[in-house]
Amino acid sequence: MAAAATCSTGTRSTGSMVVAASRNNVTSFQRRGPRTSGTDSGCSRLVSISGTRPSVRNGQLLVSTGLPALDQLLGGGLAVGTVLLIEEDKYNIYSPLLFKYFLAEGIVTGHTLLVASAKEDPADILQELPAPLLDDNCKKECDEDICNHKTESNVKMKIAWRYQLLPKIEARPVSSSRFGHYYDVSKRIPQELIEASKWHGFFLPEKISSTLNEDPCSLNHGYIKLLQFIQNIIYKEGFDGSNPQKKQKNILRIGIQNLGSPLWGDDICWTENCDSNCSLTKFLYMLRGLLRTSLSACIITVPTHLIQNKAIIARVTNLSDTVVGLESFIGSEKETNPLYKDYHGLIHIRQIPQLNNLICDVSDVKDLAFKLKRKLFTIEGTWVQALVRNY
Amino acid sequence: MFPELNNLLNTTPDQVEQGKLTLLCDAKTDGSFLVHHFLSFYLKANCKVCFVALIQSFSHYNIVGQKLGVSLTTARECGQLVFLEGLKSAVDVFFRPQEEPHPLQFLREANSGNLQPLYEFVQEALKPMDSGEAAWRCPVLLVDDLSVLLSLGVGAVAVLDFVHYCRATVCREWKGNVVALVHDSGDAEDEENDILLNGLGHQSHLILRAEGLATGFCKDVHGQLRILWRRSSQPTAQRDRSLTYQYKIQDKNVSFFAKGMSPAVL
Repeated sequence: MAAAATCSTGTRSTGSMVVAASRNNVTSFQRRGPRTSGTDSGCSRLVSISGTRPSVRNGQLLVSTGLPALDQLLGGGLAVGTVLLIEEDKYNIYSPLLFKYFLAEGIVTGHTLLVASAKEDPADILQELPAPLLDDNCKKECDEDICNHKTESNVKMKIAWRYQLLPKIEARPVSSSRFGHYYDVSKRIPQELIEASKWHGFFLPEKISSTLNEDPCSLNHGYIKLLQFIQNIIYKEGFDGSNPQKKQKNILRIGIQNLGSPLWGDDICWTENCDSNCSLTKFLYMLRGLLRTSLSACIITVPTHLIQNKAIIARVTNLSDTVVGLESFIGSEKETNPLYKDYHGLIHIRQIPQLNNLICDVSDVKDLAFKLKRKLFTIEGTWVQALVRNY
Repeated sequence: MFPELNNLLNTTPDQVEQGKLTLLCDAKTDGSFLVHHFLSFYLKANCKVCFVALIQSFSHYNIVGQKLGVSLTTARECGQLVFLEGLKSAVDVFFRPQEEPHPLQFLREANSGNLQPLYEFVQEALKPMDSGEAAWRCPVLLVDDLSVLLSLGVGAVAVLDFVHYCRATVCREWKGNVVALVHDSGDAEDEENDILLNGLGHQSHLILRAEGLATGFCKDVHGQLRILWRRSSQPTAQRDRSLTYQYKIQDKNVSFFAKGMSPAVL
């Protein structure tokens, strides 16, 4: 995949006016295959990055989002070098949970974390991460959940028996869980795991100064600082291949919370015709540029239900790779709908990237609902349960 | 390139029409397969291509191009392809300010932005060589995509100006082609995008519009392609020709069929 020395896509000077980066160009989208010469040694080094696996579709390097059910819906996981955008639910209850699963997965697999928030101190966010369920006691505790689930679904359908043959989304833990772990949201992550991990925090009120001494380029001051911070970490710690002496490659997991909210200094959430309405989109574009040239994956939560201008939502979606929308039932009329009785909300997979491929692996099931139990965040197609109940 | 799309458009790599502006647009679906088609088509037709790729990295296009039978690395090395990798260049221009004008200079500017450096980059890349021998058939400018320029703070009028300048130079003066992709925001009421789309729609000779199916998601039919030929060369006013096909994208090919005639249904 992203072997540092070989597979260099540095430009030659055949009349090309592209400003070439002076160091080796590492992208995470090189294909692993026998055709690409000289990458065999590089590939064996790359497979050994913990917590990653190559995609079966196109050899793309994937990391887990922390939710195995979501990994399956996204085609195996989140591709390294891409952005996962979570459209927050109305009262911001479940989107911080997905955010925490992502970070907790990073701690368990030993990835470096970069947490950015304008609301909470990143150190506090890390304290509140859920505790991982490790393999030995996980199986015992989850088996009882699975027994309950299986007895429901084993009810034979007599009339609509063809629906029984359709696949359900697998939510049970896989036995060799080096990729994707389960978390207990009622417990906190052990302190020693946090201390053993490497993380960088960006808390906006600390980083921003009152005087603007940067040259304005229509980007919000907070966004500029965050981009510089991310770029600094990527460069200093060699996630972009600029430090080839580093023995062990690692993934940088970036988490940015409530991007676009007024706390970041952006005004897209309170006015429709805002002055700097391209601030967020420009930030996302630059972030994409940084991610594509480094071994990192990013999760962003955006309060899209607050953004007044629908055009900006469309642009933000186009500039992100994977977009997942959460819609919780709290306070809506769906709360009393018998169809949704067992669920906490709907999850919409709005966009999946087509990377290195013409086609993308879109899941067949479109009406997905989620349910948060203490040890399991399940995602299911809603019509399955409806049919099982009726027959 | 997709052979079936070549048949629908009545072109082959051997006979390439010159002096045309082709507009690709997609609504509610991803039209990037059209970009891959035209990139591989023009490389196979031995044209000199300047590809302004603002939205994905070089290796993405390279890997898909290899599936379609062209090697972008080879083309770039021998000078047939000039590739502006927007994402990488944007990081360079944003974090390390350059002295000489950079094609993506507008990223550092505060308001509305001017695409003149980008136009000069295209001009420099595609200008015919003075040596006299024609190494390549005709110059082609391919842009993926123009809507992202609006997201980066460039006004719709500035983008239209850029396309106008490129058309005047590449299409009219050098008898080349320009192909650009614009997203149609549909009901998202993106006024700037609508201005851009309508403006380009009036100027183009060929419009390829990929739409999602009106009835929703389908596993066997990924969408619908509307082909609209405009501004035919004959002065006797012939009505603009329009055709609609449905398509399914496969791993290395896209198959087209008449509406309702998907092999899964028949």
